[in-house]
Amino acid sequence: MKRAFPVLSILTAILLSYALYQALVVAPTEQTMGDVQRIFYYHVPSAWTAFFLFFINFVASIQYLARANSKTDRLASYLAVGIGVVVFAAAFFIPLPEGMRPSAVGTTGLLATGLYLLVRSLFSQADTDVLALVTAEVGVAFCLIVLVTGPIWARPVWGIWWAPGDIRLTSTLVLWLIYVSYLVLRRFSASGQTPILAAALAVLGALCVPFVYLSIWFFRTQHPQPVMGGSGSIDPRMMHALLINWLAFMCFAFLVCWSRYRLEKLRREVDEVHALESLKDVSRSAR
Amino acid sequence: MSPASDITRGPARGITRATLLKDLRLEWRSKDAINSMLFFSLLVVVVFSFSFDPVAEESRHIAGGLIWVAFLFASVVALNQTWARELRNQVLDAYRVSPAPANSLFLAKAIGNFIFVSVLEVLMTPLFIAFYRLRALGPAWQLLVVGVLGTWALVVNGTFFAAMSIRTRSREIMLPLLLFPISIPAILAMVQATTAILTDENSARFWIVLLVTYDLVFTTSCLLLFETVLNAE
Repeated sequence: MKRAFPVLSILTAILLSYALYQALVVAPTEQTMGDVQRIFYYHVPSAWTAFFLFFINFVASIQYLARANSKTDRLASYLAVGIGVVVFAAAFFIPLPEGMRPSAVGTTGLLATGLYLLVRSLFSQADTDVLALVTAEVGVAFCLIVLVTGPIWARPVWGIWWAPGDIRLTSTLVLWLIYVSYLVLRRFSASGQTPILAAALAVLGALCVPFVYLSIWFFRTQHPQPVMGGSGSIDPRMMHALLINWLAFMCFAFLVCWSRYRLEKLRREVDEVHALESLKDVSRSAR
Repeated sequence: MSPASDITRGPARGITRATLLKDLRLEWRSKDAINSMLFFSLLVVVVFSFSFDPVAEESRHIAGGLIWVAFLFASVVALNQTWARELRNQVLDAYRVSPAPANSLFLAKAIGNFIFVSVLEVLMTPLFIAFYRLRALGPAWQLLVVGVLGTWALVVNGTFFAAMSIRTRSREIMLPLLLFPISIPAILAMVQATTAILTDENSARFWIVLLVTYDLVFTTSCLLLFETVLNAE
């Protein structure tokens, strides 16, 4: 596994530079917005990556809580499979909002279940806490990229930096705030309780997301329609550049998460050794 | 009636009642939380009225936000005291080792906070009406519904996160940091519903339904998770 790291790093570096070339040179200039539109190749992939990481954080947090005993663990696994199947079936029978394709919604449901089972088979219960921490940290960083590049694009195009009440802007901001509070909690709680408290907060935070979305949905939205699953059409070369960028960003995020994961595991091992040493010292001096 | 006979009749309800009555009695004798909350929100009313000085028509549009922001900040005072009281003499640790169901303790604390914040709201609302010359143009009874639902949304999450923040290093500051981001949809719903009722420009029904669902989802999940959080070690 350790040998794969440098190989993947080089691959990611090549992919990122190719994606940069695609975004700046190959993709055609947008007719009305001009070159400002090229920020889109960083904005959108960062957003997708951040949401993906937050979802992993949610899955890992649920598993950390549920896998504490075998009964809740089984219940949670059945629930995950059940939700996936129901979403898949419902996508074809329930009329969806305009622009959403049943096949896309259905596969998303199944993918979510698959991700749950994948995390369950790859990580032990103690490791899901490390995974939750790592994905939250990297997710917050990517989400910050989204929140910074958005206004830079909006200023010349909309004429304003920020559109208060806009659904995508505000819900991304609230999402970012929730995960920042998650990281603050992890920082300030006593080390023994951190995993449980943080997992509980992550679950509540994720439950909050649909409410944020619904409450802001009531306002009119200024943000351009979604690229995937939406009704908007896009030049195939632009789509190509976008997807290459997304792939590059996902690889990059994976790489950062991986090294952060290894670092955190090492840190915990060192802590354990220190604790053991001090216990030995105490027993020695008592003798 | 002694608390012991309550416990024999129905453990969960007995413990909820005993804890609730104890908290109410403590508050009745000390009046710590309610006094500081009242004074705090009075200050908010006065400071806001100096800084805005709106005419009646404008104040209808901003009052919803002002009222709920004042109540939100004031309720943090009561919420912070909820568990701090139990830290003295290791009462919380005693709760943990006792066979009493954790959720009845949580419910007692949440109901207690609900009563404190409701008292505050009842006392402060006339002041708001007087200072901002408010008169509801829409159906005023809906304000009561929004008040009850909104207050419960604040205190149920607040009680839960207060139990979390009591475990951290900087207790008092942690609570708003955890509570506010998650409460944003509820606060938005309360403010929008209040504004809709005061101005009668549109219906508050959507926001009330949203608040009901929010309350249901978060009450359930707080009850499911509270025992884990209380026993986290």
